[in-house]
Amino acid sequence: MHKFLIRSFVSSLVLLFTLTVAAVAKDVKAAFVYIGPTGDHGWTYQHDVGRKAVEAAGFKTTYVEGVPESADAERVLRQLANSGHDIIFTTSFGYMNPTNKVAKEFPNVKFEHATGYKREHPNVATYAARFYEGRTILGTIAGTMTKSNVIGYVASFPIPEVIRGINSFTLAAQKVNPNIKTKIVWAFTWYDPGKEAEAAKALIDQGADVIAQHTDSTAIVQMAEKAGVYAFGQASDMDKFAPKAVLTSVENNWGPYYVDRVKAVANGTWNQKDTWHGIGDGMVVISGLDSQMPSDLQAKVKKLQADLASGKVHSFTGPIYDQKGNLMVAEGKTADDGMLAGMMTYVKGVEGDIPK
Amino acid sequence: MIKIVKRDQPSKAIFFFTPVLAIFLTLIAGGIIFYILGFKPFEALKFFFIVPIADKYGFSELLLKATPLCLIAIGLSFCFKSNNWNIGAEGQLTFGAIVSGGVALLFYDQEGFYILPIVILAGAIGGMIYASIPAILKTYFNTNEILVSLMLVYVSKLILDYLVVGPWSNPEGFNFPETRQFSDSARLPLLFEGLRIHAGIFLALAAVVISWFVFYKTYLGFQMKVSGFSLKTAKYAGYKGKKMIILVFLISGACAGLAGVGEITGPIGQLHREVSPDYGFTAIIVAFLGRLHPVGIIFASLVVAITYLGAETAQIFMQIPKYTGQVFQGMILFFLLASDYLLFFKFKFIDSKK
Repeated sequence: MHKFLIRSFVSSLVLLFTLTVAAVAKDVKAAFVYIGPTGDHGWTYQHDVGRKAVEAAGFKTTYVEGVPESADAERVLRQLANSGHDIIFTTSFGYMNPTNKVAKEFPNVKFEHATGYKREHPNVATYAARFYEGRTILGTIAGTMTKSNVIGYVASFPIPEVIRGINSFTLAAQKVNPNIKTKIVWAFTWYDPGKEAEAAKALIDQGADVIAQHTDSTAIVQMAEKAGVYAFGQASDMDKFAPKAVLTSVENNWGPYYVDRVKAVANGTWNQKDTWHGIGDGMVVISGLDSQMPSDLQAKVKKLQADLASGKVHSFTGPIYDQKGNLMVAEGKTADDGMLAGMMTYVKGVEGDIPK
Repeated sequence: MIKIVKRDQPSKAIFFFTPVLAIFLTLIAGGIIFYILGFKPFEALKFFFIVPIADKYGFSELLLKATPLCLIAIGLSFCFKSNNWNIGAEGQLTFGAIVSGGVALLFYDQEGFYILPIVILAGAIGGMIYASIPAILKTYFNTNEILVSLMLVYVSKLILDYLVVGPWSNPEGFNFPETRQFSDSARLPLLFEGLRIHAGIFLALAAVVISWFVFYKTYLGFQMKVSGFSLKTAKYAGYKGKKMIILVFLISGACAGLAGVGEITGPIGQLHREVSPDYGFTAIIVAFLGRLHPVGIIFASLVVAITYLGAETAQIFMQIPKYTGQVFQGMILFFLLASDYLLFFKFKFIDSKK
């Protein structure tokens, strides 16, 4: 009799527990606010892949695409917070102020803002990826594969994120090939296939035979394919858009982070923090390497990838000099996160000036 | 047998009836599109046109969205009525926002009642300066104002880009493309606690009243009307055409500039790259849907504003792609232009036995 009671008690406890967990897991609803269309094959596309991972983990999700960074963002955020969403990911820098504003009104809803720095309320967290680690890999490949020693780089806006990428890329390329020069064209857009293609064309005309990009469309790799030069995919694996040109891509992999954070809300363990994950945490992923790359380069890249992941290699290891020859990072030292976050000077070997 | 006959005179009743018909046809076509996409048409239309404004907050957002559209469209109606095709309201809005934002930034660490009026005035002047370019080029160099005003839109956006990326960017903002936040004295006051609707709506209403007065009670309004019907007649009557062209462009630019002020000193509170989700272009649809009549424009701006809100609601609750909002705006204009056929032609039933 006792045994039966205990057994039924235990089993009902287990049942209750499973039910609660299931109920909690089902109850949490996540929302995503996108700057572009989900079919851009770049920035927004990858965030949406992350959202699908959250769905696959058993949570309900909602998204709104093409939300301008104008006065409209605030309304969309408020509406999402008002309609039963427990955590809202805002995936563009321009949502920073509306995110913090709406977060104040909804203290029980968690807000996660990508690429921003303002966390004005305890329910706002920020997250970004160390894309510069991926650019160290691209620089290594570009420095090895170039024949003209001129490497083109289509950049978006002169903000630390982009400058950091250019520097990381150039430093890695110089390491394998001290003669290279990085030429920059500023497109002043994140996504504009027409402008991006023009920028790539200008660089190719100036003798660049490898093109890197910090804008989101596939126009640049397609232009490179046409011109017969190499290129790298941005945000997602762009190999299928330019199979000959694309040597590899740096993919933004938000899924694990999103699942983690939504689960944290479900478990009640969500806390405010500033996340900056790289290759080691799997937020930055290097796509498959193209067979045009010699096997010793492929091996080198694989090793570099592992070393960046383990922290054995840092993208910004001294000595690093700026364009004028001033020392930025001393020999044997690495740049700290504060310096990386505010990086607004080119390293030696980058041509031109940062637009002011 | 039915025969299509040209009307002797465009019908006045039909003139105001066709916008309603266009909206009705848009709803039907929208329902069909929803059905084809696999959504329940009535439910989708409900989420598109009723749910977003079903509560106080939603309704205030509708007014917030309609305010710049109404203001710009009123300004445009001055141009369009007098045969001046100002397509560049978006540029005039942007330049107005630049000038008033620049003034607001000068006072970023100051408080004072005098700041807001200066900021508002600066926006109107900015819009006027920018609108005067196509006007002067048209009157003195015979250029095409459609092309000039349109091209200047892109120029204004590039100027804004340059300023927020470079000299005006927030010194504490890690070089991100945005300025500082304006001081509270440079912000339009909110009308209700907790809602975003701001005093800018009074600017729009004032524009409505003034335009009605000018159109129907002044000699200038009459001149504009005559020029709209026939430029030759206007010339023959001895109207000073050049002066009028410049005047209507200035009015239109001021209205667009004020709409820009409303956005940056209202809900946004700073300058960044996207001060307007193309209000200047959408207002062209509003102006024509409202038949260039001040009261018509009020209704038209509300109808078009709701397509923005509805698109968001429909995506949140029914996963309908948000870009359907733009499809609706396009359809309204399309059906309006198509039903204008009825203005000039009528169906006549003819007894075929005769």
